[in-house]
Amino acid sequence: MLKLNSKTQDAVLFYVLRLIALLVISLLLFIMFILFKSAWPSITHNGLSFIFKKEWNPVEDQYGALPFIFGTLVTSFIAVLIAAPVSILVALFISEYLPKSISHIVSLLVEMVAAIPSIVFGLWGIFYLSPFVKTSLAPFLKTYFGFLPFLEGPSFGIGIITASLVLSIMIVPTISSICRSIFELIPQHQKEASYALGSTKFEMIKMAVLSPSVSGISSAIVLGLGRALGETMAVTMLIGNSPVISKSIFAPAATMASVMANEYTDASSPLHVASLCYLALLLFLITFLSNLFAKSIVKNFSKIG
Amino acid sequence: MSNSKNSDKIILEAKNLEAWFGDFQAVKGINVQYTERTITAIIGPSGCGKSTYLRCLNRIHEEIEGTRVSGEVLLEGKNIYDKKIDVVDVRKRIGMVFQKPNPFPSLSILDNVVIGLRLQGITKRSTLMEVAESCLKKAALWDEVKDKLNSLGTSLSGGQQQRLCIARALAINPPVLLMDEPTSALDPIATAKIEELMDEIKRDYTVIIVTHNMQQAARISDYTSFFVYGKMIEHGLSSDIFTNPREKQTEDYISGRFG
Repeated sequence: MLKLNSKTQDAVLFYVLRLIALLVISLLLFIMFILFKSAWPSITHNGLSFIFKKEWNPVEDQYGALPFIFGTLVTSFIAVLIAAPVSILVALFISEYLPKSISHIVSLLVEMVAAIPSIVFGLWGIFYLSPFVKTSLAPFLKTYFGFLPFLEGPSFGIGIITASLVLSIMIVPTISSICRSIFELIPQHQKEASYALGSTKFEMIKMAVLSPSVSGISSAIVLGLGRALGETMAVTMLIGNSPVISKSIFAPAATMASVMANEYTDASSPLHVASLCYLALLLFLITFLSNLFAKSIVKNFSKIG
Repeated sequence: MSNSKNSDKIILEAKNLEAWFGDFQAVKGINVQYTERTITAIIGPSGCGKSTYLRCLNRIHEEIEGTRVSGEVLLEGKNIYDKKIDVVDVRKRIGMVFQKPNPFPSLSILDNVVIGLRLQGITKRSTLMEVAESCLKKAALWDEVKDKLNSLGTSLSGGQQQRLCIARALAINPPVLLMDEPTSALDPIATAKIEELMDEIKRDYTVIIVTHNMQQAARISDYTSFFVYGKMIEHGLSSDIFTNPREKQTEDYISGRFG
């Protein structure tokens, strides 16, 4: 075998590693380039007004992204609204209340939820959650909070709320595992400082655990949001795929990811394909920005901590 | 030392106190009484259980998973380990200053001092300001921070942070104050400042301080306990312990022959 001297060995390793790193980065740029190129006909045809147009009609070759942007943002927002408090409480329970021996197992189980394939969530949503929403949740909400405008109209089981509920379950592991690792970074002496002043466990958690973790928790939530924005399969199966903007959370809608998954195979006109790619580019941009935002919070957080 | 002779009231007493980490017994059968308004230093080699013992006196030892305590600690005659006693009340009456300065990182200097009062539901601004000023003065920090009370507590230097923690502990006005090597993370100048304020603190509080530094123990304390392997070898007036110890082990330790 070829025997290299130590200096050459280091140099070879350095160049190989650099090549691999560059490959990954250029792949990202390459994907962006291809997306941009494929979307170009739609970009020149529609311009930025694509984002604000409400109509999506492939038959008439009319393409506007607003219903999908609306669907994506609303489902993700509701999902985060449900998942964030649940995740924070789960993380607190694991890190502050469970004995160490059990906490590993419980946190592993919570993280296993993230390992469930998206399509399985979709099936579960169709066979269990959707009938549940139709026959139990929707009537309940309508009875007690029916005066709220976003609870108008009938529920068919498939729609914004069903997709949001499944999304919220899917992002709980992301948010809670990041929160848990933040809580576990809190030094014991901070907790003891709080106990020594005569605080109860609840007060200790507020003072020594939650209050210094605010920015970390926010970034965990934004990362969860990022996951919800891009989620495709389960949402496509549960949202009803109708490109409309409606007030009610029981109404069907469509997201940017779901319309791409649904229409890509039978897109016939070149402008249709290009518009789907334009949507993909926008989705990429939104998730990219939300991840960047989360990273910037983490950066500020580590400066203080 | 003048105050120690004025009052002979026993404020705190340990009776056959023992403590464990899992199967390891860190504190073995401690019996001792503390007189009001005195300073007692606990000295001994590393790992001799002196910090663990101190942490049993305000029941903070039990916050670590897998630990256990037996025996009694009487605060003004009442056993703080009694099942009827609320641990939260115990800690309001027995304050603690830790080895590493630990102000709350998200709170300002002012909020760090008064957080204990806030916990007790006191929110009146004038009361909080009054207590903050008097406690920061007692902790000899007022002059250095009075113009930046709203800056973060963690923006101060290590020595200032420790004095901030002392002010925080004093703010809830506990009759007993425990100090776990409060100067071991500090430089000599900051250490001197804290030693200076001990005499002041002694007028109102009973202090039990764990220290690695024998000169410090001799300088500031009225009484000294010497610990080895979880046992209290000797306890008495500091003047006696440092000049004329009864036990051979104590003599060896303070003359630097072991430890």
